[in-house]
Amino acid sequence: MSWGETLTQIRAIAWRSLVRTARQPAQVVPAITFPLFLFAINAAGLDAAAGLPDFPAPDYLTFILAVPFIQAGIFAVSGVGADLARDIESGFLDRLALTPLSRTALVSGQIAGTMALGIVQGIIFVAVGLAAGATLDTGVTGALVLIALVVAIVFAFGLIGVTAAFKFGNGEAVQGLFPVLFVFLFLSTMALPRDLLTNDWFRVIATYNPVSYLLDGIRSLFYGGWDAEALALAFGCAAAIAAVFLPLAIRTLNTRVVRT
Amino acid sequence: MTSSELPASIEVEGLVKQFKKGPRAVDGIDLHVDPGEIYGFLGPNGAGKSTTVLMLTTLLPPTAGTARVAGWDVARDGARVRESIGAALQEAALDPFLTAREHMRLQTALHGLPKGERERRGDDLIERVGLADAADRKVGGYSGGMRRRLDLALSLVHRPRILFLDEPTTGLDPQSRASLWDEVARLSREDGVTVFLTTQYLEEADALAARVGIIDNGKLVAEGTPAALKAEIGEPGLEVVPAEDERRDDMARVLERFGDGECVHHERGSIGVRLQGGDAALAGVVRALDAEGIGVASLQLHAPTLDDVFLAKTGRSLEGAGEDEEEDAAAEAERTAEGVPA
Amino acid sequence: MSARSRSVALGVAWRGLHTFFHNPTLVVPSVMFPLFFFTAFAGGLANVSNVPGFDFPENYTTFQFVFVLLQASAFGGVFTGFAVARDFEAGIGRRMMLAAPNRRAILAGYALVAMGRAMFVWLLLTTVAVIAGIQVGGGAIDLFGLYGLALLLNLSALMWAAGIALRFRSIQAGPLMQTPVFLIVFLAPVYVPLDLLTGWVKAVASVNPITPIVEAGRDFISGAPVDALLAYGAVLALLVVLGTWALRGLSRAEAAGG
Repeated sequence: MSWGETLTQIRAIAWRSLVRTARQPAQVVPAITFPLFLFAINAAGLDAAAGLPDFPAPDYLTFILAVPFIQAGIFAVSGVGADLARDIESGFLDRLALTPLSRTALVSGQIAGTMALGIVQGIIFVAVGLAAGATLDTGVTGALVLIALVVAIVFAFGLIGVTAAFKFGNGEAVQGLFPVLFVFLFLSTMALPRDLLTNDWFRVIATYNPVSYLLDGIRSLFYGGWDAEALALAFGCAAAIAAVFLPLAIRTLNTRVVRT
Repeated sequence: MTSSELPASIEVEGLVKQFKKGPRAVDGIDLHVDPGEIYGFLGPNGAGKSTTVLMLTTLLPPTAGTARVAGWDVARDGARVRESIGAALQEAALDPFLTAREHMRLQTALHGLPKGERERRGDDLIERVGLADAADRKVGGYSGGMRRRLDLALSLVHRPRILFLDEPTTGLDPQSRASLWDEVARLSREDGVTVFLTTQYLEEADALAARVGIIDNGKLVAEGTPAALKAEIGEPGLEVVPAEDERRDDMARVLERFGDGECVHHERGSIGVRLQGGDAALAGVVRALDAEGIGVASLQLHAPTLDDVFLAKTGRSLEGAGEDEEEDAAAEAERTAEGVPA
Repeated sequence: MSARSRSVALGVAWRGLHTFFHNPTLVVPSVMFPLFFFTAFAGGLANVSNVPGFDFPENYTTFQFVFVLLQASAFGGVFTGFAVARDFEAGIGRRMMLAAPNRRAILAGYALVAMGRAMFVWLLLTTVAVIAGIQVGGGAIDLFGLYGLALLLNLSALMWAAGIALRFRSIQAGPLMQTPVFLIVFLAPVYVPLDLLTGWVKAVASVNPITPIVEAGRDFISGAPVDALLAYGAVLALLVVLGTWALRGLSRAEAAGG
């Protein structure tokens, strides 16, 4: 198949994915409001923590602002997963299998809608954060890099959702992933930077948790000036997650769509 | 040889599907469908119809045997097979959040239709299946009949030469069913499309199929034109409902004396049997029942149907045939025992 | 309560508890969520006790244990409310209403279910907390005071959720039961004592009835002087108000035929 044809297919599937996401307010609204809601509560409730010696951010609000962006990724998993599970249960996936659509196009196209939502989420969270008093030290360029990082995170997490949907084939099982991902988020540098984690085992877990590096990368764009290392680690972790789950997604796709 | 020069036929030899757990879903099927023919694959639930269709449409690899669809081997040349076929499978596989037009837009793009042609083709097909008015409404709000029609339209996008329809009218109201039959007949007649249709409704097979294959427990138990199969049976079928349920066994005993083969107890409460000696033997049956004092609630005689063919071959009645037989019976001779002089 | 009412209440209670304990999809989240929050908060935020002005005699683990205990008790009440909704949606509620001359006994039965579930969770949570090294400065009476608050909070949350469940009689009302409880529990001194909160959240927390309950709980466990009157007053007030809400809901359900 030619590149032109593959591109047309990806565009068609991506467009469908976008339309489908946009037409599901039940998916879109919580994905935007829930993270903002938690942000408000935690930013205010833990404001005093900025008083700890060596606290890196100008205030706690700027520090915790990174969290909604990760939650965008988590919502991506359940959103993509639910949509794809529906395709499997309805037989729509079989319809797609009967067309010349390639596997890669199918998998990446499915995530397109959620990625678009990720961009919207990113923009809203930045706007709200700035309005609430955070500052983006790296300026407009930093904002663009931030959106790019969010897209990378949503893409990577989306692949997790795709894998889960292909593996389990039904919506309820995929929803069961939601709490698991929140656990990953909590056991990271979500609430305090690594240096200020006094509990030893917690610090170890946070150190090995890729989510910590995603958070740190996002934070580096808000305060502390350009930090190439933090950004490299963040994009690297997103890439690593994608690298693990893309082949898994295709492998589980093959068990679901046994096309000869 | 290009695809269009290869015959639009289906050749199946010794096709087997064995799932990891359980018996063979498809147990050695041989069949042949000529180009332009409508072939009906008739059998009860669980007989292996859908499994066969999945294999022929390359969505399930066969365990053994070969199948050539449009001249291509389903196991080796899957992509070529898919180019030549369209399929409307058991569930109308649609996205509830998209409109009919958007479905067409997606389907035409995925099949690689040139940009200019996509909209035209989509609109043509929507028009053809009578969905023009609802084309811009989300499919989630469509009725079952509308969904089936869109399903059919989507399967025709790339002008396939062979069409697979898996139980296309199950669950539809009579009007939707009739209009779908019209469309399928037209496809075969005017466009020369080969149609492989599975159904559990013998009326459907009767009405549409040029040839019928009857499948039970994964095996083909009979094959031929509907007329030829029914002629094979020859004798009419007798169906009696006892006035008192306690006399059921007595009635069965009597009927079996006049019957060719065993009685069948239908779910709808009647007892059926093949009547030896044709219509003339009916009087004998009535007399015998009367002699033993067995009351009759109703009694019907009908020409052999495909259900009778199924019954003869398998000893069981076809599920779902009930409603169709009732429709047939209205056109047949019907007498109630009370009015027949002894 | 008459003997008949007692047997109705016990019957409802037995059924509810039996369903709960035989259903891993119910038991596991009820236990895992509090344990998880405890681990994440006590472990991840341990350093917060070093914030200047953080005035609590025991370690941060103990500080968080109190909150998680109360939070789990509140959410446990809501989850029992889900069971009420499910029962009434499935028509079981109607059967109970027909069988019981005194319908309040049914509500009492659910209250027993909530308490049973809560005690189960407390047992597991407390065990884990002890292993994690909480420091209990208070005596037996203080601990009694703490768990007493938890119990009344659990029942109050149940009354709230049951009131919704009886009015809507559908599990779709789940978010409506859960969200206000989530809000009220989290707009309190969750991570730091009240006097370290600032801005809008301090303002809200200052009028939040949960605040004195949490603060008293923390005072109980550390053996510090407790404003028990305020705390118990607050939780009893909640119980009375929400109990009335639930009873009115019961009447609505009765009027609608269950």
